[in-house]
Amino acid sequence: MTVETNGVIHDIGYQRYTGPRLGRAYAVRSLYSHGLRTAFGLGRSAKAKVFPWIVVGLITLVAAVITAIRSQTGEVVVSYWEFPEGISLLVILFCAVVAPELVSRDLRGGVLPLYFSRPLTRWDYALAKYAALVSAVFLLLAGPQLLMFVGAAFSVEGMSAVWHEFGDFARGLSVTGVYAVTFAALAIVVASLAGRRAVAAALIVALFLVTTPIFGVLMGIAYSGSETGELTGQSLKLSQLAGLVSPMTLVSGVGRWWFATDNSVGPYGPLYGLVALAIVVVCVLLLLLRYRKVAR
Amino acid sequence: MTLTATPTLIATEALTKRYANGVAALSDLTVGVEPGIVGLVGANGAGKSTLIKILLGLLPPTAGRVRVLGLDPKTDAAQVRSRVGYMPEHDCLPPDLAAAEFVTHMARISGLPRTAARERASEALRHVGLYEERYRQIGGYSTGMKQRVKLAQALVHDPDLLLLDEPTNGLDPAGREAMLVLIHRIGTEFGISVVVCSHLLGEVERICDSLIAIDAGHLLRADRISAMTEARDVLVVEVAEGTDELVARLGGLGLQIAREGHAVLVPLLDDATYDQIVGAVAELDLPLHRLDQRRHRVAELFAGGEQRDNRAGGEQRDNRAGGEQRDNRAGGEQRDNRAGGEQRDNRAGGEQRDNRAGGEQRGNSAATPVDAVDPGGRP
Repeated sequence: MTVETNGVIHDIGYQRYTGPRLGRAYAVRSLYSHGLRTAFGLGRSAKAKVFPWIVVGLITLVAAVITAIRSQTGEVVVSYWEFPEGISLLVILFCAVVAPELVSRDLRGGVLPLYFSRPLTRWDYALAKYAALVSAVFLLLAGPQLLMFVGAAFSVEGMSAVWHEFGDFARGLSVTGVYAVTFAALAIVVASLAGRRAVAAALIVALFLVTTPIFGVLMGIAYSGSETGELTGQSLKLSQLAGLVSPMTLVSGVGRWWFATDNSVGPYGPLYGLVALAIVVVCVLLLLLRYRKVAR
Repeated sequence: MTLTATPTLIATEALTKRYANGVAALSDLTVGVEPGIVGLVGANGAGKSTLIKILLGLLPPTAGRVRVLGLDPKTDAAQVRSRVGYMPEHDCLPPDLAAAEFVTHMARISGLPRTAARERASEALRHVGLYEERYRQIGGYSTGMKQRVKLAQALVHDPDLLLLDEPTNGLDPAGREAMLVLIHRIGTEFGISVVVCSHLLGEVERICDSLIAIDAGHLLRADRISAMTEARDVLVVEVAEGTDELVARLGGLGLQIAREGHAVLVPLLDDATYDQIVGAVAELDLPLHRLDQRRHRVAELFAGGEQRDNRAGGEQRDNRAGGEQRDNRAGGEQRDNRAGGEQRDNRAGGEQRDNRAGGEQRGNSAATPVDAVDPGGRP
């Protein structure tokens, strides 16, 4: 027969599998960890590693510079909770590349039937992918902050100072969490709608960046009436609410609400929190809706 | 005959699936399948894929009941899916992963612990013949290799049942053959029951123990292959002239002769029938064009259904090719038959009765009339 003569099939006996079969929860965890590895290009080609690690390198570089300045001058240039805001552009780029890697690739490749014919459910799939992206963004931001913390812990004196530093670090992580949850939700929903990775990436960047000029225009209007740079009345209100229009400024608004000492979000802090929460909830629902029907 | 014997692999009862747009993909399908290799045949759109999706619990049936491995895929979907392997019809592989990595991942999604997943992925890829290439990216694979990766990922968690949707899609003849041999091995040596979906009847009938034929969502027939093919063995005799004389002569020998166009059909009682025919032809001094045993093709059993489908000619050709190739795979008994036949043919003046050889012969002589039953020659 054709097959046996060209030696493609080797005649070694088949063995049945008698070991444990771990259930659905294990399948979800496996998909999650696979997604997290995919985000950083682990277990994939060198080409897939390039971009995530460039972003990681840049953010780490920023953190290292901040730490170096602090250890030399003793001055806190950027606090932990401000750190994600300062590099949010890089985070957006990271989301724009990684989210399509996680979901668009499976859509385009038609891999979904293989997942859905296994113990995993559709919603398990969607949520595992979302969780993987959240974790990836969180790690991307938390790692450099940990570097900053370690650097700072060596430069401050006394246990109480280290403890105080740790408090700041924890604040930074909480804001980082908000960034991760919100940015990932937006990015993964957009990516799940586009089969082509390039299109998905462009749409994600557009979603984040197109809204930023609106924020700029609103701030411009707010400041246009002010000679001194001091805002009052309506224009102050406008400047405090303007951040709601763009995901970037929205999330940084949540951070300001929690930790800022200035008046940049004024009494509207909770509104920022609420809008961010609403965005996350709506995005997750959209994601589940998307995966309820998607065939391949 | 319905296949209600135990233990039942798949059992459906009045299974009906109507899509939201009103299309009835399956209507009132009642079928029981024993373990083994099962061919699920039907034209495109007959409802094969719908049935598979229902078996996997991916689609809820509109009405009726279904059991897979004794479980209800509607309520025990996770359990069913952990014991079933599914190879979809379409492309389903990420191009930028190595086959080993991908199949390992799929094994873990099926619930295998990390180490076991890696080992079984290597094993599965070895069984499908991709051991050497398993660290290459799938994107660089040929269609045939991709089909094997698809099969490997369905096999990796050692399922009790494999559902293969058009496994030979897009393969060249050698690739098809290899895939069919592989599926046959899985069904026989590996001890895994297999449902092979195909619109090419001739292809699956060679490797299957039983067949389910569906058409437009209705069950045409479900039976063991042996029950479908045992019915008759007929010799087809064709002479260039003097057909009437031959019929008279053979009738005189007490044979139940039937005529079909240019051909004379003689029931094959035993090997002596050949001698009787050859003797009669020699005595009448007729130019013998053809003497072959009509292989009873399952296709004929579904003739009604096929006409309804209005199947393409290409498909029919495939059926026939399948029948011819079956000879290659046939056991010793058939090969003996053929050898015997060839000897007899030699005596009859070089005419061969073997199906394939006969086809070639006919292809060579332009004057040969093309008979309606087995329009000779391979494409």
